[in-house]
This record gives sequence, C-alpha cells and structure tokens, in this order.
Amino acid sequence: MTASDRLEAQPQGVNRPPSIPPTLEVRDLRTVFLTDAGPVRAVDGVSFSVGAGETLGIVGESGSGKSVTALSLMRLLEEPARIVGGSMTFQGRDLLAMRPEELRALRGDRMAMVFQDPMTGLNPVIRILRQLTEPMVAHGRFTPPEAKQRAVGLLGRMGITAPEKTVSRFPHEFSGGMRQRVMLAMGFANDPALLIADEPTTALDVTIQAQILDLLRQLNAEFGTAIVLISHDLGVIGAVCRRVAVMYAGEVVEEAATAEVLADPRHPYAWALVNAVPRIDQPLGEDRRLVSIEGAPPDALALPAGCRFAPRCPFKIARCETEHPPLAEVAPGRLARCWVTQAGQVLPRAGGAGFGGTRAASTATEPLLAVRGLVKHFPLPRESLFGARRVVHAVNGIDLDVARGETLGIVGESGCGKSTLARLITRIHAPTAGSITFAGQEIATASPAAIRPLRRRMQMVFQDPYASLNPRMTIGDILAEPLVAHGVVGRGAAARERVRDLLSTVGLNPAWEARYPHEFSGGQRQRISIARALALEPEFIVADEPISALDVNIQAQILNLMLDLQQRMGLTYLFIAHDLAVVRHLCDRVAVLYLGQVMESAPAGALFARPLHPYTGVLISAVPVPGRTRVVLQGEPPSTLVLPTGCVFRARCPIARPVCATAPPLAEHAPGRWAACHFPGEFAHGEMGA
Amino acid sequence: MSAAIALPAVRSRRARLWRRYGLAGVGAGIVLAWVLVAAFAPWLAPWPPDFVDVTNRLRPPSAAHWLGTDALGRDCFSRLIFGARISLLAGISVVAIGAAFGTLVGMVAAYARGLADAALMRLTDLVLCFPPIILALAIAAALGIGTRNTIIAMLVVWWPKFARLARALALVQRSQEYVEAAVVLGLKPARILGRHIVPNAIGPLVVLVTLDVGNAIITFAGLSFLGLGVVPPTAEWGAMVAEGRELVEQWWVATFPGLAILTIVLGFNFLGDGVRDWLDPKARR
Repeated sequence: MTASDRLEAQPQGVNRPPSIPPTLEVRDLRTVFLTDAGPVRAVDGVSFSVGAGETLGIVGESGSGKSVTALSLMRLLEEPARIVGGSMTFQGRDLLAMRPEELRALRGDRMAMVFQDPMTGLNPVIRILRQLTEPMVAHGRFTPPEAKQRAVGLLGRMGITAPEKTVSRFPHEFSGGMRQRVMLAMGFANDPALLIADEPTTALDVTIQAQILDLLRQLNAEFGTAIVLISHDLGVIGAVCRRVAVMYAGEVVEEAATAEVLADPRHPYAWALVNAVPRIDQPLGEDRRLVSIEGAPPDALALPAGCRFAPRCPFKIARCETEHPPLAEVAPGRLARCWVTQAGQVLPRAGGAGFGGTRAASTATEPLLAVRGLVKHFPLPRESLFGARRVVHAVNGIDLDVARGETLGIVGESGCGKSTLARLITRIHAPTAGSITFAGQEIATASPAAIRPLRRRMQMVFQDPYASLNPRMTIGDILAEPLVAHGVVGRGAAARERVRDLLSTVGLNPAWEARYPHEFSGGQRQRISIARALALEPEFIVADEPISALDVNIQAQILNLMLDLQQRMGLTYLFIAHDLAVVRHLCDRVAVLYLGQVMESAPAGALFARPLHPYTGVLISAVPVPGRTRVVLQGEPPSTLVLPTGCVFRARCPIARPVCATAPPLAEHAPGRWAACHFPGEFAHGEMGA
Repeated sequence: MSAAIALPAVRSRRARLWRRYGLAGVGAGIVLAWVLVAAFAPWLAPWPPDFVDVTNRLRPPSAAHWLGTDALGRDCFSRLIFGARISLLAGISVVAIGAAFGTLVGMVAAYARGLADAALMRLTDLVLCFPPIILALAIAAALGIGTRNTIIAMLVVWWPKFARLARALALVQRSQEYVEAAVVLGLKPARILGRHIVPNAIGPLVVLVTLDVGNAIITFAGLSFLGLGVVPPTAEWGAMVAEGRELVEQWWVATFPGLAILTIVLGFNFLGDGVRDWLDPKARR
C-alpha cells in the first residue's frame, strides 16, 4: 500500500455521514488583537471541521491569520488578543466555555500542538526523557515506568536511532530535525485525537522535511489522529493533507481537496499561490518568469468593503469592489469566496509565452569566476589548555566555473558549506587554501585593500532582509554609501539622483529614500538589498538564499526582478538556495554540494531530468510533490568536525559499495556533466516527474 | 456582519501616554529637578552651606531652618542643596569618563581580535577580580581624601564593565549581515566601525550609562559615609548621613540627605528603564 493509496482511503469532510460528529468543528471564529490603533481582526469568521483521522491543511502568507487560528483552537492566546465570536467544538465539548483547568487537562492530552521552531520548543535544562514523560504522567494516562517505556518506543517510532540511550540526553545535543521528532513524539505522547502542527518543517532542510512529513502521514494512517497542518507552502500541505483551507486577510477564501486546488484553484489568491512557485514535477518551459501578484495584504485596521483580495486581484469585476463575497460552493465539495468563480468563470492556466525572460543560450567563453581546490577550515576555540584544537571543515576542495552571463545554482543541505562558499568568493572570509580567479585576477590571497577596487565588479545579496540593512541609516544613505566610498559620484545632488534611479530600477518609489529599513516589508527590503548590490554596477552578483525568508508571492516578485535585471544588465549570478524547484527554474547550471565538496554539476535541465549522483537523486526526491512516493534519505549530514574517509556521502548513500571507501574524483561523464561518484547514474528514481 | 460583535473600546490617549512614558517621565523630572537645584544652589540656599552657628545646634525643622540644623548649627537645607552638586558631579563624571574609556577598550578589542583582544580583556578581568567597593576604598585611601581622588579611585574600578559590554556588543555587530555587506561594498575598516558597528552597538551602553549614574552616586556617597569622599567641611550627602547616624533624637540630620540619595537614584533608574524601553524596539507596543 503506497502513501497515496492511504491518502485515498481517508474519510472526507464533505462526504462524511451526518451521524458522526467531527473531532473539531469551528464555526465563524473571530479573533481580534486589541491594539492602540484599534482592533485588528486577525481571524475573521473562519469555519471548518476536521473529522476523526482526517487531515486539513491551512495555507496562507504571513499575516493571513493561520497561526492565530491555531492558537485560538488551543485557547493559547493572551491579551491583547481576544476571541470575540464564533464557536469551537472539540469532541462535542464547547472549547470556548471551558475553564482554564479543563483546558489544561485537554492540551497535550486529547489535543496536542507542535510548533514551528524546534530550537526553542524544548526546555534546554531538562533531559529529553523527562520532557516526554511529563505530559504522559501529568495527564494520568501512564505510570512513570509505563511512560518511560512509551517515550522510548515513541522516539524509536519517530526514527531516532538508539532511543533508549538518546532519551537521557539534553536538547542541545540534538540537531534541529531530531528535536522536531522529539516535539512530534511529545505531540503524540498521549495518543491525541487531534494534532495541530504549525509550520513544523519550515526551519528544516528538504531531506529532513521529507522525513518529518512522511512521519506525519504514517502517524495519521496508523493512529487515526486527525491533523491540522499549517504551512505557507502548498507543496508541504499537499504531501500530508487531503483537504486545504486557503486563508487571506483573516478569512478562508477557498476550501477544497488539496489536489484539486493545486490543479485548478478557484480563488484568485489560491491561483497566485499555486502559480508563484515553480513545480519540480512539471516540464520546464522556456519562460522563466513566475506569476506574482503586486501589492500587499490589506491593512487589517481598514479592510476593504468588498472582496479583501480585490485590490490585488487580476480578475476582479465591478462587483468585487463593493460587495463582500460569501464562502460558497463553486463545485461539488469545493468552496470559494469569489464572485468571479462563483459565476462559473475559470481561472486561466499560468505560464506561457508573452512574459519574456527566456534562457540564455550557453556560450563557451572564458569563465568570469574560476574556483580551484577551495578549502576553508574554521578552528574552534580550545576546550582545554592542552586539548587539541577542533576544526570545522566547512569547505573541502571546491572546483567551480561561472561563465559570463549565466546563472549557476548552488544547492545542498544546511551545513554543506554553501554560505561559506559565498563568503569566500566575496572574500568576507579568507580561504584556507585554493584559488579564486575573478575576471582574470587572483583574489584568494589578495589583501583587503587590493580587493577593494574589484568589489565594484562583484556584489552580494544576503539571505535575511531584516539583518542585511543597517537599521540606523536611511535607504538613501545606504544606497549612496558605496557610491561615495568608491568615488563614483560626489555627495549631494549627483548621489541623490543615482539613488533615485536605483530605487526605481528595483521597483520601489524613489521618494522613499528618506525612510528607514524598518518601514519596509521583507520583500521591499530585499529589493533595497538588491539595489545596494547594483549601485556599483557590478558584473557578478552572489545571491545567498535571497528568497528563502520571504512569502511565496514575494519570492516570485524577487525572482522576476532578478531575471529582468540579468537581461537588462547582462549580470552573472551565483545563486545559492535550498529550494530545488526554484533552482531548477532559475539557473542555467547547478552544482550540488555535500560536506563542502561538489557532488555533481551539470546544466539544470539535465541534472533534474537524470541526476548522475545518488545524492542529487535523493535531494530531488525529497521535494514535496503531492501523490509521489519518495526516496527518503535517512539520517542527517555527518559532522563537519571529522570528515569521513573515502566518498563523503558513503554513509548515507543508498547504493554505496566497498569501492566507495576510496574517494571518487569529480569527473566529466558527459559533456558539461560532472559527478563525483563511482557509479554515476546507477541510482534509479523511477518516480521522478510522475 | 461586524455589527453584532461588541469590541472593547480603544484605550484612552492619556493611558497610552502613561504606559509609554510614565515612569521614565517621572524619572526625567526628578533628575532635571536635581540638576536645576545643583545649578542654582547659591541662589536657592537660604544660608551659606558652611556657616557655623553653634548657638543653633541640632534645631528641628523650623521656618528659619526648613530641614533643621546639624551638630555645628549649619543649615541642613542649604547643605542638602549644595550636596546635590557634589553627588551629580561625581556620579556623572565617573560614569561618563569610565564609559568612554571602557567603550574604547572594548570596541578596539573586538575589532582587533587576537593578541590585543586577549591582553585588553585579561586586564579587564584583573580589575574585575577585586570587589569594586573594597578596591575603590583602598585606592582612595592611598591617594588621600578628596573629591577628585575619590573620583579617580572609582574610575579605576568603573571602566571594566563597559569594556566587557562594548566588546560583546561589537562582536555581535561584526557578524551581522549588514556589516558583511559593508565589507563586500568595499568600505574601509574605520568607516565600518564608525558608521555600522558603533551606532548599532551603542544602545545598551547608553542604557547602562543612564542606569549606572545612580549606582555611582550611591558608591560615592558610600565612600563619603566611610569618611573617604570629601574633605570635611564640604557638604556631601553621604558625609551628612554619617554625621547624623549617631543622632537618634535628631532624626532630620540623617533622614533628609538619605531621602535625597534615594530620590536621585530612583530618578536615574526610572530614566534608565525608560531609555532601555525606548531604544529596544521589541519592548515597544
């Protein structure tokens, strides 16, 4: 029985016989935040129900009210938030009428929650075992010895190796993925009827995410636990949930089976969400632009009178501006809050020609950047006066070429050295060994002063739009600073003019130059960050996960902007990401990193169609795609403190053989296709693209 | 649809202002009042502070002597007013000079790293090894009694905490992405330190400075109480409390200088809390 068969077998909310009451029934829930400026309607009339053993996903961008909905369900909200209307019934009991002690008895028992951040969700000074057994004993379901046995069993069930030993450890000894397993085990400790998971995989790598999602699906099938999964990623929801509710501005705007929403969304916002992300299971078109909707969610203090999505909607009609649409059935079992689709209109399929932004034909030229044998080791502080100094092997011999005008994608799990690589190429760090040749000049060993003139030609865009802009400088000053420092323009009018040009280049209002970074949203800040990188008119931009901190729609906007700029200015990109679908979509060539070494590098299309290295294969397979069985990579990347001998991937490789004890060289197996494997192409992954 | 829901009223403007500035405003008011008192002491004081009148010894508060007289018949009210000058001068100068020196040491250590960092931080540790009051006592006793010598003694023990904090703050800023961005943009180290690291690291230092003035005033008063702070005829609150500590019947001699210390320290602490809330965007509502 495959995973998708199990999904088919689940009972459905709409088809449920009326005699069985649902596990959780929410009707017209309204939660407001009482702020100084007025009440903010975070959740505004949300209704849904989850039956025993069902799975419901809640998806939406940040600020759409999905997390507040989850907290409302658990009655975990504190002032200034307040539930002001609606009803919530859990197993026939009214949650809103419960006293605090009744709620306490319920939480962690019949109804459990798993939070987003596995790093802060566990108490750092209590051993794992006690954290797990505490709720079991406290709710009186198990005696301490039983609880201990069950805790060990659960951890084993969650895929933690040697659980009887690991339970006596402290949380800091666990990696993020292992902690999320512990959190899940805590969630399932008392065999709850309902598990609410708020972005449980957002902080994790794709391979770990795939393991956790598989686990959620199995636990749902095995124990019949109903699951409410909250995520910003429709792919994640599609991997676990049969039904999905799409939230926008505090309302459910569409509710239907996940597969149907993904294939044929009936609300324009859902349509935008579906089409803003490139899909790894769809053929790669010539067109590289993504669908993105402009604008921002409405001000929660001044919601529009009509449809809340109308100001941003590409399909709106006159009625949308004035009348608020109800959530009504648009097809059997499908609800949408849209006048257009309720009138029977079908939303167009995205993509197709007309947007421009086609792939650059690869031309063999002298590479703009050539990296050879690059090594970076970070020595750790001595643990004792006479102890040996331990070393983090971040980058261990990387060879790369980036040709002028192309986009090279770098992918890999966290800890594979991709961010270090970016900081070595931009010489924020000095490499331990190896050479970096940029535009014919050796920069690996050059002094900071010698590199300074070259900085005009090579720039960087950072991951975190909240940390990469100096909060104490205005946007105008931030953008003018490099211009003045390099003597491109003098202070005053010339600099101001250039700053205004830059702002309009990245699609921001030039009049905003006097504002401070905190006045901008994440997406706008990332545009400012890009404008700063463009200020010196570089040829080459290193982008270190520029979109991973952003909502999907903003991601699409930033990717489109980067494509436009590349076309207009002939830029060369080194694009670092962990989202494989995005890399496949944007990049001409891709290099896969593992433990600071290149496992495979090839043109994007070929690499994703037929990976040569087994690691590439499992990485691609880990991307959540609804209804696809996956090759889940077990375990986690080994420690970078001691490098394994032989092939670095050998310990986790599904096809490893004795010969892998000798390290395979990075060799060219087909024109332009390099792989470091003794058995290139032998790892079959038949489900790809199915 | 929303008509049916009764929403609680938005908090009043006055309540909001109180919540945002309340105690900080009170603190600023107290501090400002004491600064004005110190500045205009000669005009405010009804008597010269050192005017001895042994015929009027230990008189309780009256119309002529609002806060009574001390053992030498000096007017306690006038001495209190002049005492504000010494306390504020000592408190502010110790913290200002100590913070400036400590910050310089800490920032240089954080930016230079390596040997300079190690040397400066070990020096800091060395000073922090001693109990601060005892060390200040020892130095003050060695240098001799006097306002300036006591301030110097306090400075010696005062700067290390600023050095520690400044170094930690600068280290945090160094690894921020905007500092990396400044490096990639090709800015020079002095500019990175001055324009990107220092402005973002200064906030907690400002808070510590404000909170610490009260602390320094107490320490100075404490040293004076022990007889080390000021040369005897000088009006100083700690010394005044010391003069009154045996006089149980004449409660006013020790009580009013004590209250003065209490109010000025509270004022600086309220102000410091307010500055902290104001500088920390997370604490803002």
